[in-house]
Amino acid sequence: MYPEYMAESLRKVVETRARRVELGKKPAPVYAPMNADERSAVLDGFHPDFKADARRSVRIGPNRGEILTTEVADLLESHSWLRTEQVDLSHPDIETDLLVIGGGGAGCSAALVAMKEHGIRSVIATKLRIGDANSMMSEGGMQAAVSRTDSPPRHYLDAIGGGHFENKPELVRALTEDAPAVVQWLEKLGVVWDKESDGSLQVLHGGGTSRKRMLSCRDHIGAMIMRTLMDEVRNHPDMINVKEFMPAVELILDDAGRCAGAVLYSMDSEEFFVVKAKATVIATGGFGRLHIRGFDTTNHYGATGDGLVMAYRAGAKLLYMDSVQYHPTGAAFPEQIAGFLITEKVRGAGGQPVNKDGELFVFPREPRDIEASAIIRECQQNGGGIETPSGRVGVWLDVPIIDQLNGEGYIVHQFAAHHHQFMKYKIDITKEPILIYPSLHYQNGGVEINAHCETNIPGLYVAGEASGGVHGRNRLMGNSVLDYNVFGQRAGRYAGQYASGVTLGSLTLSHLNRHEQELAEATVQTSLVTPILLPSYAPEAVKKRQLMRHHAQSLPGASVLHNRLHEESRRSGSL
Amino acid sequence: MGIAKSASAAASGGLSDPAIDRKVTVYVMGKACEVPATATIMGAIEYAGHQIIRGAGCREGYCGACATIYRMSGDYKIRTGLACTTMVEEGMVLAQIPSVPAEKVVYDIEKLKPNVSAVQQTYPVVFRCVACNTCTRSCPQDIRVMDYVQAAKRGDIAAITELSYYCVACGLCMLRCPAEITQPLVATLAKRLYGRYLSKNSPELAVRVGAVADGRYDAEYAELMALGRSALSDRYYARDTE
Repeated sequence: MYPEYMAESLRKVVETRARRVELGKKPAPVYAPMNADERSAVLDGFHPDFKADARRSVRIGPNRGEILTTEVADLLESHSWLRTEQVDLSHPDIETDLLVIGGGGAGCSAALVAMKEHGIRSVIATKLRIGDANSMMSEGGMQAAVSRTDSPPRHYLDAIGGGHFENKPELVRALTEDAPAVVQWLEKLGVVWDKESDGSLQVLHGGGTSRKRMLSCRDHIGAMIMRTLMDEVRNHPDMINVKEFMPAVELILDDAGRCAGAVLYSMDSEEFFVVKAKATVIATGGFGRLHIRGFDTTNHYGATGDGLVMAYRAGAKLLYMDSVQYHPTGAAFPEQIAGFLITEKVRGAGGQPVNKDGELFVFPREPRDIEASAIIRECQQNGGGIETPSGRVGVWLDVPIIDQLNGEGYIVHQFAAHHHQFMKYKIDITKEPILIYPSLHYQNGGVEINAHCETNIPGLYVAGEASGGVHGRNRLMGNSVLDYNVFGQRAGRYAGQYASGVTLGSLTLSHLNRHEQELAEATVQTSLVTPILLPSYAPEAVKKRQLMRHHAQSLPGASVLHNRLHEESRRSGSL
Repeated sequence: MGIAKSASAAASGGLSDPAIDRKVTVYVMGKACEVPATATIMGAIEYAGHQIIRGAGCREGYCGACATIYRMSGDYKIRTGLACTTMVEEGMVLAQIPSVPAEKVVYDIEKLKPNVSAVQQTYPVVFRCVACNTCTRSCPQDIRVMDYVQAAKRGDIAAITELSYYCVACGLCMLRCPAEITQPLVATLAKRLYGRYLSKNSPELAVRVGAVADGRYDAEYAELMALGRSALSDRYYARDTE
């Protein structure tokens, strides 16, 4: 239920709706889309990446001297959990052909394809449960050029334009060209796609699409695909060994500089395990739980950028880690669900962002960075926002208009999850709009890969959100679900092939010594220990009693567990 | 800024809401804790200083990691909820469910048929259902669980798919079921059978997959990939929209 003081603004949304329904029924855009100059002006002025202290130069590692997102630079300039001499690499606890780090969509796809195409056995090591990943949470859809009016090269043009022409072309080609086969493979595994009555796939627009190409599973595509992939992984217990609550904390190299596995950490017993693997896939997802610039996030609990840290210490190059995606429509009210994702499919189906006076101020389907920046501008500069009781600000996302455009019952059927979610707070989204504000959503960049998911370290493959280059500096809606499928499968294919032929030398963690030396040489002062693994949401007073370090507060991480571990290693005089 | 000001700052900022600073007492695994009245159960547990390891996943109601069983003071009834989306109330006595034991049956989807035989081969336990409706009453997603169990007994795969579409597999129904059925596993199986066998094939999908395999788009890709940034930009902004 919205507070009483918002009633006047809600009334205005209703008042302007009839006029906006008429606009929505016409073929022309309901609001003029921005040209290149307007896009660049709104980004420069209002995108959080462009704020003065949003980025800084990183002082160590393969990207030294490059300007990165400040929180990412902090994350990279941190200490390892491990010291080289602590770990006995001569007797690995587990040996496998393929180690997959991360049990989300990319990781499961990689293990399945390596098994199916090469008969390769794998270990999936994951921080929480299998499927505890951003993959599970996607709502709106997956892009694939399957309709008669569309084509894969057209998808390529939309994706590379949405990414401001900075995407790596070979990756965009792989993404868009593999898409139709991904749809078919998933259907064969049992994904229930939304279909028209003749069996053709239902397609909608998303931000930045020039053809309707958004496939969907109502507003639950993530759960539909993720649960199917997980179930299939579990149908092969002899081939795929799933280790839950066992995140990797460092990569292991061999004496020839190849990736040779990882050190896992058991969340339950606090033990470390050495895994020797002929090939390793990082599929650890993104970094929303770093709460960059204090933003709420749509991301799952474990999204702390672990893969970036491990790969960087081992010498892997990162690409576009100066760019963060804020989803235009995170919930701003009620407080309990602040930051939660409101799917872009709402706008694909005709939903409109409007200001406190019920007026349109942006084309509803601009690429995400443009749309988000326009919403921030409307609130910060134009005074078009509505303040919530807890001090947030947001604009309205007119959802009820969707039923007026598509017919009664459309919202309840196509947005059942959101309908159910808001009814818990006595907001009926078939009758009232949703208050929204951009929410930290996606890691645009990551570890640089080529179309085979290879990195600059032999034997190290990266797929999904942890990788960089596919989306340039801005991903379009529906290309992340596609990304983790396309590149998850490719990682399994090429890592599987590589694992069939490689012979490893002796194992080493000497790169951790090099990393510590670089920190010292660059005179980096930090008490941060990474990977963070889990963020802490204890109140400040509690954190103080938990003896959490003050310096770690620039990042919200530093869970009780690893803070304590760090204290111990500091006391022993090694850091 | 996308993150809330502190509760006290908001309260002094003109838009006052007395609910923000109000506290309630809940019992986290038996121990009394004073927490903000506006908190979710998950927020309350973290407010009390716990670092959750088991019992949190997506934190938005999709993954089912945070199954919670609770009673209210003075009430015998056992209640259920997802910790991430259920708000605290005065006197809640909470227990988090770290994991629910349930044996997933290993099967080859290519060897099953989308009818009652699949259910018989994988989860014959559904035939023990006594139609008590405890599963439906314990579902935090308001899913008519018992109805889809009945559909499973009939082998009506389409009905299971529709009824269980939004199951998050939190496992609360499995814990409460007196017939010891593993409902969410049946739901996953049925959805996969529906997608694999019963969903009508898309005529144009196979054609498009074939066209890609035949290299039908190679020339167009080569041309686009050879364009310089400004030519590509011109092409992009000039493209027509459906």
